Amino acid sequence: MKKDIILSGVGGQGILTIATIIGEAATAEGINLKQAEVHGMSQRGGDVQSNLRLSDKNIYSDLIAQGKADMIISMEPMEALRYLPYLHEEGWIITSANPFKNIPDYPEDDELVNTLESLPHVVKLEIEDIAKENNMPKCANVILLGMAAKYIEILSPEQLRESIGRVFAAKGEKIVEMNQRAFDIGLNAVK
Amino acid sequence: MAEKELLLGDEAIALGAIHAGISGVYAYPGTPSTEITEFIQNNPLAKERKLHSTWCTNEKTAMEAALGMSYAGKRALVCMKHVGMNVAADAFVNSAITGVNGGLVVLAADDPSMHSSQNEQDSRFYGKFAMIPILEPSSQQEAYDMMGYAYSLSEDLKLPILMRVVTRLAHSRAAVEVAVIHEENQLNPDNERTHWVLLPGNARKQYLELVRKQKEMEESSSKSPYNCLENLNSEHDYEFGVIACGIGYNYIKEADRDDSHIPVLKVSQYPLPENEVRTMAANCKYILVVEDGQPFVEGMVKAFLSKDYEVKGRLTGTLPRTGELTPDNVSEALGREVKCSFGKSQVVMPRPPALCQGCGHRDVYDALNKVVTEYPNARIFGDIGCYTLGALPPFRAIDSCVDMGASITMAKGASDAGVFPAIAVIGDSTFTHSGMTGLLDAVNDHANITVVISDNLTTAMTGGQDSAGTNKFEAICLGLGIEPEHVRVVVPLPKNMEEITRIIREEIEYKGVSVIIPRRECIQTLNRKLRQKRADKS
Repeated sequence: MKKDIILSGVGGQGILTIATIIGEAATAEGINLKQAEVHGMSQRGGDVQSNLRLSDKNIYSDLIAQGKADMIISMEPMEALRYLPYLHEEGWIITSANPFKNIPDYPEDDELVNTLESLPHVVKLEIEDIAKENNMPKCANVILLGMAAKYIEILSPEQLRESIGRVFAAKGEKIVEMNQRAFDIGLNAVK
Repeated sequence: MAEKELLLGDEAIALGAIHAGISGVYAYPGTPSTEITEFIQNNPLAKERKLHSTWCTNEKTAMEAALGMSYAGKRALVCMKHVGMNVAADAFVNSAITGVNGGLVVLAADDPSMHSSQNEQDSRFYGKFAMIPILEPSSQQEAYDMMGYAYSLSEDLKLPILMRVVTRLAHSRAAVEVAVIHEENQLNPDNERTHWVLLPGNARKQYLELVRKQKEMEESSSKSPYNCLENLNSEHDYEFGVIACGIGYNYIKEADRDDSHIPVLKVSQYPLPENEVRTMAANCKYILVVEDGQPFVEGMVKAFLSKDYEVKGRLTGTLPRTGELTPDNVSEALGREVKCSFGKSQVVMPRPPALCQGCGHRDVYDALNKVVTEYPNARIFGDIGCYTLGALPPFRAIDSCVDMGASITMAKGASDAGVFPAIAVIGDSTFTHSGMTGLLDAVNDHANITVVISDNLTTAMTGGQDSAGTNKFEAICLGLGIEPEHVRVVVPLPKNMEEITRIIREEIEYKGVSVIIPRRECIQTLNRKLRQKRADKS
C-alpha cells in the first residue's frame, strides 16, 4: 500500500506540524516515508507545501509525480486547488473552507466554492471557526488532520492520535490533551 | 535492530559529521544549508564534545577557520549555500593546493529552481575547478553514510572533499539508520611548513602534487561504493542507458517500478568514472544524463565519447535547460506520458511571500518611499535578506539586489557616475558579511551615499540565527571613518515616521557617507522569545 499526500497552506499555518505527526506515526509503525518540506523565503506569508510519501515498499523520489497524489490536505481552500494537477483521479481533497486573504486578487468566495464542489472527492470544513468556538485557535491544523484521518488508511486514526501524544509530550499534558481533543473534533466532524 | 531516526537531508549530514568525529562546523546561514549547523548546535553529543558550532561572519571566514582546524589535525566541516561558494572560493580553491591535515569536508547546498536564491549555479563546477573529489548523495541515508567515508577519503588523499546536495535532499525527511560513532582526532598540528606556505616556489610543487593525485581520485571513484552500474549485461545491446547523478537516480528508480530494467550508471562520486561511462556507451545506442543543476556531466561525457555518439540531457532539451529535476520531467525524458486527471485551476492566484506584519523593514520602506518622492532621480540599491521583499508591492522600493553587500558598493559606483541621491539598504547580518569593506571604500573615496543598515538584531530570512555585528554597528561605522554626527540611530515604528523621514532627508543632503541605523528586533524572533517565556512560566 502507498499514500502520496500533498500538504498545503500559507506560511505559518502549521502544515509542517501535520507532517510531523503523520511522519512520527509512520516511523513508529515501520512504514517507509519521505517528506519534502519548504523552508526559507516562501515561509513569509507565501504559499507552502509539503510532499509526504508513505509506503510499505521502498520510496525513491522525494517528490510526488503529477496525477499520483492520493490526497491533498490543505489549510486553505485556494491553496488546495493550486496542486490539482498532482491529484489522482480517485484522490481526495481535505481542506479548510476558511480563506486566508493576503493578496489583492484573491478569488471571489463563490468562485472558489463552485470550483471545489465541481470536484468528485472533497471534504471541507470551517476549521478556523471551529477552533475558535472550541477555544483552541492554535489547533486548526490538528482539527484538519482529524478530518483527514479516515482517508489516510495506511495509518489508523488511533495511531495518529497516539502520535499526537508523543509529538506534543514535551509541551506538557494540557497541550497534548487539547490537541487530541482537536483531532477528535475533526475526526467526528467527517461521517 | 539498528537505531533509525527521521532526519532531513541536512540533519543526516550533520549527524554523519558528528559521528565521523568532527571537532567543529563553520558556516554562514543560507537556505538550504542552514539546518546542518543548527542541528549540530543542538545535538547532545556535539554539546558534550563542545564541538565548535557558532556562526561565522561569512563563508570565507568559515572556510579559513575550518582549514585552520584541519591544519591542527582535527576534522572540520564547512557548510554554505551555493552562492556562498563564490565568497569562499579563494580559500576553497587554495585549500586544494595546500592540501589538508585533519579531514576537511566542504558542504555546498545548491538550489536548482531558485526556491530561495538568486541563481542556480552548480557547485560541482567548483569541485572540478579546484580538482578535488566531489560527493553527491542520492538519499538521506547516503548523506549520513557518506560523511564518515568523506573524512577517511580526505585524510587518505590529504585533500578537502566537496559534498554537494540540492534543496530537495537537504529539505526532505526520511528514516536514517545510524552507524558507528568515531572519536575526535587528537590535536596534531602539521609540522611540515612548505605545503602550507603558498609562495610560488612551493605552490608549483603543490600544484603538481594535486595533478598527480588525480589518478588516485579517479580510481577511488571507479571503485566507490556510491557509484554503480545497474541492469547492464555486456553481452546485450540496449536502446539507451542513463547516467543518473545524485537524486536524479531516485527519479529513474521511481520510473523503473514497472520493471523495465533501464541500464543505469549511478554517480554519487566524482571525478566521473569514465570507464563505466565507456562500458555503457559500448552497449547502449545513446546515453541520457539525468543530473540536477547545470549540464556538468552531460558536457564532460560529450567531450570524451566519440563525436557522433548521441548524448541526451539538458543541452539537447530532453530535460529542461533550467529548474530542478522532477519525477515528471524525468518520466518525459524517458518517453513516458505524464497523465493529469485535473488541469490547473483558473481561480488559483500567485501568493508571493511578503514582509511580516509588524516588521521594522516595513517602516523603513514606508519612510524611504515618502522621502524619495521628493527626489525623482533617487535610486535605492537593495541587498540580500527579508528586506529584498521590499522590491514587491506594496513597497516597490528597491532598484537592485545582486549579491551579499552589493547595495553599498553599487550605490557608491552609481554615485561616482553621478546618481543622486544614491541610497543603499542592507540588513545587519549582510552588512557584517560583506558590507563593511565596501563602506570603507566609500569613506576613503568621500563618496556621496546614504547607507541604511536595517538592523533587526538577527539573520532573519534563514530563521533567526545570531548576527555577527549585533551591538557593534555604531562602533564599526565610526571605526571605518564615518563622521560621528552622520551615524544616526532610529527606531522604525509608525509613530516615529516624522523623525525618520527628517533624518533621511538630512543625510541625503549631507555630501558624504552617512549611515542610518533603524533598529528594532525581528517580529519573528521576538514572538518566539515571548512564546518561550510563556511556556517557561506555565
